[in-house]
Order: sequence, then structure tokens, then C-alpha cells
Amino acid sequence: MKALVPVKRVIDYNVKVRVKADGSGVDLANVKMSMNPFDEIAVEEAIRLKEAGKVDEIVAVSIGVKQAQETLRTALAMGADRAILVVATDDVHADIEPLAVAKILKAIVDEEQPGLVLCGKQAIDNDMNATGQMLSALLGWSQATFASEVDVEGNSAKITREVDGGLQTISVKMPAIVTVDLRLNEPRYASLPNIMKAKKKPLDEKSAADYGVDVSPRLEVVKTEEPAQRAAGITVGSVDELIEKLKEAGAV
Amino acid sequence: MAVLLLAEVTGGELAMDATAKAVTAAQALGDVTVLAAGASAAAAGDAAAKIAGVSKVLVAEDASLGHRLAEPTAALIASLAGDYEHIVAPATTDAKNILPRVAALLDVMIISDATAVVDGATFERPIYAGNAIQTMKSSDAKKVITFRTANFDAAGEGGSASVETISAADNPGLSEWVENKVAKSDRPELTSAGIVVSGGRGVGSEEDFALIETLADKLGAAVGASRAAVDSGYAANDLQVGQTGKVVAPELYVAVGISGAIQHLAGMKDSKVIVAINKDEEAPIFQVADFGLVADLFDAVPELTQKL
Ligand SMILES: Cc1cc2nc3c(=O)[nH]c(=O)nc-3n(C[C@H](O)[C@H](O)[C@H](O)COP(=O)(O)OP(=O)(O)OC[C@H]3O[C@@H](n4cnc5c(N)ncnc54)[C@H](O)[C@@H]3O)c2cc1C
Repeated sequence: MKALVPVKRVIDYNVKVRVKADGSGVDLANVKMSMNPFDEIAVEEAIRLKEAGKVDEIVAVSIGVKQAQETLRTALAMGADRAILVVATDDVHADIEPLAVAKILKAIVDEEQPGLVLCGKQAIDNDMNATGQMLSALLGWSQATFASEVDVEGNSAKITREVDGGLQTISVKMPAIVTVDLRLNEPRYASLPNIMKAKKKPLDEKSAADYGVDVSPRLEVVKTEEPAQRAAGITVGSVDELIEKLKEAGAV
Repeated sequence: MAVLLLAEVTGGELAMDATAKAVTAAQALGDVTVLAAGASAAAAGDAAAKIAGVSKVLVAEDASLGHRLAEPTAALIASLAGDYEHIVAPATTDAKNILPRVAALLDVMIISDATAVVDGATFERPIYAGNAIQTMKSSDAKKVITFRTANFDAAGEGGSASVETISAADNPGLSEWVENKVAKSDRPELTSAGIVVSGGRGVGSEEDFALIETLADKLGAAVGASRAAVDSGYAANDLQVGQTGKVVAPELYVAVGISGAIQHLAGMKDSKVIVAINKDEEAPIFQVADFGLVADLFDAVPELTQKL
């Protein structure tokens, strides 16, 4: 079975985010970019399935700017077999919406015929939490979101999902779309020899037009603002003082 | 203009707080019809009919809707979509599973986690773990939206909406429910509690997490946790507060042994009063705290519990 893993290039999760002065978005010029942490978990899971003999080929896909090539090289260095880059914009500040991404992924799935698509549950930039669900709808496939355990057994997979009340286990028919949560696994680091080898792995470059998908946004950004700042607080010297302050504030 | 609101129904029961908060958000958009779907949903539908501002309730009962599996539930909502300009839900894990699927079936974008309604097409939502707030205007004919419940007050009771029974859509039969592992607790529910006490990695072990629970019980509070505390097995996954966990905005939030990473702050920085107890005075949690106590939690928390 082939596994397809979409990966997104996003601002590194340790970087302090700054809103651009003109309110058009967040400043991404000269900022460290990395693979979306949830997508790393998806890549790792695909590799583990391959190591377990349940997947025989891993194809990583990224949709966005040309620089997403680096993100794909990271996926290849971790253990993906080949990569497809779909250049959909040349503006590093443009975010391709989940619906457009899902449409491009659908076209790639139609070509590649994977048995499993493993996605991150959300991207830490737009925090939409939507691409996997949308792809699943477009394909008419089964969907298992927020996975913390994935157990593929022949024509079905048992997936444990992190939900508001605790954990829910469902069984989905293959082919399936699975979106992964934080506790599914701990992604490996790529070793230096694997980073070197990854440079020679195949990376196809396509454009959104090759798949006939219109990527123009449905949601127009009216403005982007800093969140309201909290008023500065105080340091209390003891538990007694804390209780006194909480009583004054009417909090207890 | 009509709004279809997917009620939060768990095991046949209406989650009143989440649903009533979404009703408040939805009322700004038009006439609200609530959909109560489940293996049994009639009681939930009757409860929803009493929420002020709801004009109609649709009840769909079918085994396929029992565990809120995305495929049959999304198919049902898409089949009803013709009559509505907005399809909305509280931003629970159920709705986040289902509504993006509905949006794609309708060929429209999803607007996740909206925190404010500007007008019928324009919404505010946090991005980058709440480090920026974006105002987005939709050009889609239908708007599919999940509302972050922490940002809206619950609609009151006193409604008397009509209740109509409808049938489920065809079940595509793609997935099946196997089991739930639900932690039973007598404590208040995290997202609706007035006070939340959360523990982080600093608490150090599952046994010592009892310190957090005892303090919470003294305050009548819900218990929360950082990702590190959940990953280390001190607390259950459904207690995680943050960018990828639950978003809370109680009257009082007490963070114990939590450093204050942006991903954690994303889930609690709209709380009214924030208390931080941490032995490291440089911990970023102190930057959002109204009252910071630099202390060893193993001394401070038992003392606080005793003196309250
Ligand atoms: C994609 C992504 C998503 C994430 N989502 C979330 C999320 O939703 N929620 C979340 O919480 N995190 C999330 N994180 C993780 C986040 O980045 C932090 O790693 C996490 O919040 C740290 O948890 P912590 O504060 O408990 O642990 P630490 O950062 O290790 O802090 C422990 C604190 O305890 C203090 N301490 C230790 N001993 C004592 C003592 N005896 N007395 C008093 N204080 C003590 C220390 O001084 C320290 O400040 C996410 C990360 C990523 C990459």
C-alpha cells in the first residue's frame, strides 16, 4: 500500500509571531520556517507503517511556495521515498486555503492511488483544522481525525481519536484519510547521512494549474491585528497575600 | 436569512452550555434552527427548543448518527443545506470533525473557531495560536462556521421552539464506532467551569497531580493540564488546555508548575483573573498573570488549599 503525506511549510513553532504594521498578515520575511509539527508526526507514522511492512511507498506532497521544497527534503530525509511539490503561489505571505489544498490533493490521490493519506490535524499558522476532512469529503473516503493510535489491519484501520470527552476508537474502511494528533508518536530527527541521501530522492515539481485547480481565496483578509494585551500583573510575596488579593478581586 | 446550528449531543443528551453559547453567536446571523442528531436525540431536541432565540428544532434519530461519525452526520447536514445561508456549530471536537467535511461537500471554505461576528459574511478568528486575530470576509454563498464557545455567553432559557422530526441521510457505511474511553469525573466541565486549576510538568508525577485536584475541589474548580503534563501521563488527554487542546476563559485560572509556552497561553489567556505559581521567576506565565507567586508548588499549593 502506498501512503500519501501532505506537509506544510509554516513558521517554526518557537518563533515569536509579529503582526505586520499594515495589518495585512503576519511577518514571514526572514523568519525561521519548518515543517508543521503535526505533519512531522504524520510523516513519522507513515515511516513506522513502512517499517512494519504495512506501507511500501511514502509520497510526501507540499502545496505552496517554491521554498516548500526544503520541507519536502526534510520529509525525504526522515524516510519518505519521493516528493511532489505543487507551486501554487510565489508570495510567501499567501496562504493557500484548505479547500484549494484539498482539491489539489484529490487530483494527486486520483493519480497516485494511495491506500492511506496521513495528514496533520491542523497547521499551526492558520489553525484551520480542515484539510483532511475536506479531502475526505471530496474523495468520498472514510475519515478519522485527531488520531492518537493507528492500527492498520488489511482492509480496515482501527483509529483511537482524542475527543472532548476522552478517547474514541473507530474502525474505518480503507482507503482512508487519517489526521494525526500530538500524542501519536515522537518524530525522529533526520540523520546527516539521510539528509545527504534525501538530496538524491525524486522530487517532482508541478503547479496548481497542472491540476486545473483555482486557488483564489474564498476568505478575504480584511485585517490582522495583535490580540488585546493583558494589563500587567503583580508579584505576591506569600500565599496569604495571594488569598487577600484574590478576595479583593472577588475571584474566590 | 436562516441559520442551521448543529447541537452538541453526547449519548442522547444535549451539551447545554456549548450549544447555548453557539446560539448566542448564531442569533447575530438570522433565524436559528437547531439540528439535534443522534441514535437518540429527541430529549436533546426538546432541551434545545427551550433555549431562548431558537425558532425551530429538527430531530434526526438514526443508529448511524449515534457516535457522531463524520460521514453520515455531514451527509445529513449537506442534505439540509439548501434552506440555510449559515451552517454553524460550537467548536467542539465533534464539530471540528464534521463541519469541514460539510463545507467541502458544499464547495465552500470553513471558518473555524470564530470568536466574533462582524456581519453576516465577516468574522474574527485567532491564528498562530492566538498571536494574531484575523478578520475574514467570506465570498461563499453559504458560510460554514464553528464558534469558539469561550467567547460567547450562553443564551438563556425560556424559548418554546417547534420540534420537527426528520430522517437521516443514507449512511455511506465507511466507518464504525468501536468504543469510548471517557474519564468519569464529578468535577465541573473544563470549558464551562468558573474556576480552572491546571497543573504542568512541574507537578512531577501522576501521584502528585492529586495536589492540583485537591486544590480544585476546594475551589469547586475544573482541572486542566499542560501538554507536558498530559504527555507525561499525569493527566488525561481531555484536560489539555491550549492551541491544540481546549480553550477556556473562566473567572479564575490557576496555573501551577506551567511555564507558559505560547501554545498553552492560546488556551487560557482570555481568563478574567490568572494566578501563576512557579518557582522560576523568569517563567513566561508571569507575563500574563494578574497575581504571580514565585514559590515551590509543593509548599505553596498545600498551604493555599488549607488556607482557602
Ligand atoms: C504543535 C504544538 C502544539 C502544542 N499544543 C499545546 C497545547 O495545546 N497545550 C499546551 O499546554 N502545550 C502545547 N504545546 C507544548 C508547549 O510548547 C509546551 O511544551 C508545554 O506547554 C510545556 O508544558 P509545561 O509548562 O507544563 O512544561 P515546562 O515548559 O517544562 O514547564 C514546567 C514549569 O514548571 C516549573 N516548576 C518545576 N518544578 C516546580 C516546582 N517544584 N514548583 C513550582 N514550579 C515548578 C518550572 O519552573 C517550569 O516553568 C504544543 C507544542 C507544539 C509544538
